[in-house]
Amino acid sequence: MKVRDTFHLYVHYVSIQVKSKMQYKASFFLSAMGQFLVSFNVFLGMLFLFMRFSAVAGFTYSQVLLCFSIFLMEFSLAECVGRGFDTFSTMVRKGEFDRVMVRPRGLVLQVLGSRFELTRFGRMLQALVMFVYGVTKSGIRWNGAKVMTVAFMLAGGTAVFFGIFLVYAALCFFTLEGLEVINIFTDGAREFGKYPVGIYGESILKFCTWVVPYALVQHYPLLYLLDYRTETWWSFVPLLASLFLIPCYGLWRLGVRRYQSAGS
Amino acid sequence: MKKYFSFFSLRFVMGLQYRAAAWAGVATQFVWGGMMIAMYQAFYQTEPEQFPMTFEATVSYIWFQQAFLALFAAWMLEAEIFESIKDGNIAYELCRPMKIYPMLFARAAAMRISRAALRCLPILLFAALLPAPYGLRAPEDLVTFGLFLTTMVLGLLVTVAFGTLIYTVTFFTISPEGLRLVATTVMDFFNGAVIPLPFFPDKMKQVLELLPFAAMGNVPLRIYSGDLAGKAALKAAGLQVLWLFILTCCGLAVMARAEKKMTVQGG
Repeated sequence: MKVRDTFHLYVHYVSIQVKSKMQYKASFFLSAMGQFLVSFNVFLGMLFLFMRFSAVAGFTYSQVLLCFSIFLMEFSLAECVGRGFDTFSTMVRKGEFDRVMVRPRGLVLQVLGSRFELTRFGRMLQALVMFVYGVTKSGIRWNGAKVMTVAFMLAGGTAVFFGIFLVYAALCFFTLEGLEVINIFTDGAREFGKYPVGIYGESILKFCTWVVPYALVQHYPLLYLLDYRTETWWSFVPLLASLFLIPCYGLWRLGVRRYQSAGS
Repeated sequence: MKKYFSFFSLRFVMGLQYRAAAWAGVATQFVWGGMMIAMYQAFYQTEPEQFPMTFEATVSYIWFQQAFLALFAAWMLEAEIFESIKDGNIAYELCRPMKIYPMLFARAAAMRISRAALRCLPILLFAALLPAPYGLRAPEDLVTFGLFLTTMVLGLLVTVAFGTLIYTVTFFTISPEGLRLVATTVMDFFNGAVIPLPFFPDKMKQVLELLPFAAMGNVPLRIYSGDLAGKAALKAAGLQVLWLFILTCCGLAVMARAEKKMTVQGG
């Protein structure tokens, strides 16, 4: 009952957000187009590189494109939902978080509900187009397990990015200011995660496996999709990435406990 | 001239205040540069014969690009200026006894230089300390270095002239978002920020090198790494001067028209 109730409230929050955004239709479409253009630039850059090179570290263009599209979808989904965390520093600085704390509902739910970024669909749309292209050209022999793997990748990846947004917000309790360094893990990951992280070398692959588990949601499952790894358990690896949420949530709890009102 | 210079130094000092942000920027750009190099290395190891520059030249291109990001980055247009054009506060600037175009020009240049001044040294220093193929190497000779510095100043001026042109065109459009979006996207792609120009397909590259976008960061970064030298480098520098002239003239002309029939927004 409680879960359903929470879900209802969230949907209500979202519908308010969408309605208010739709009051400024032109601005909405322009920002959505902006999202599209920016990642389209990245896509074009990749296309031109692959007109020169036939492969990178054993991955062909369409295979890299598949990796890029799935990763971009994960990022866009997480950003669409978790945008409230992205702008959390303003909430803390203005003291609006006090209001959130006195309400009899979950903190995370309310922060999430404070923003819902529909414009990210511009990017999502592009990811979908690349995904379709990647699926048809990459020569993957599809079966049930592989389709499931893609679904797990989406779920796991969204969880990873969501965790990073949570850390970003949690750090605001300590610094009051959003830390630009975190951009390495959000925008940086989006930029460099277009290639399977294995191409960046052994140490970066290790980092992305054990510290921030990007590799679990793109590199390893991609190897499974391409039949470089054949054991079935590889398809469940992306789900493991959601364990990343636990320390992130821990940090958030710690921050909430330490919170001292900052605004007036 | 003096008043524009003092405007410049005022803005410059203002920009220097954001030191904490600069340190965060340095860390981010250092990681960014490292990842870019790792990426190009993967391409290099897969098919070295397809590489259009030497690997070392690519590495120093990337480090300089990161160090001087603020000088050439397309998205570094000032939201404040767009905002003031949109809400009418620009009227205050128009009241001042100075021309608006050089004022905007000085302001944009000061912002870019102050940001770059705070960030470039730590990045260059770190990069110089890295071991051989990944580190920054000294330029070929003094002539190259001199040419690098000259084209860097020219490249900055072209970037600022282009940015100022965008500001002036904004006087005619009520909402700046669309224009800004298209301008930064096009600029980012064609000035070699997404991938360096030598990595473009050959035919396309020949056309792109004539465009104003190639006259920005592309020239100094490639001269330093030795990818552009001799006659080609001089030709590129000549194009920079030409584009600087054309863009400034366009900016001035647009501004003159805008000043004649300006509608100030807001109240």
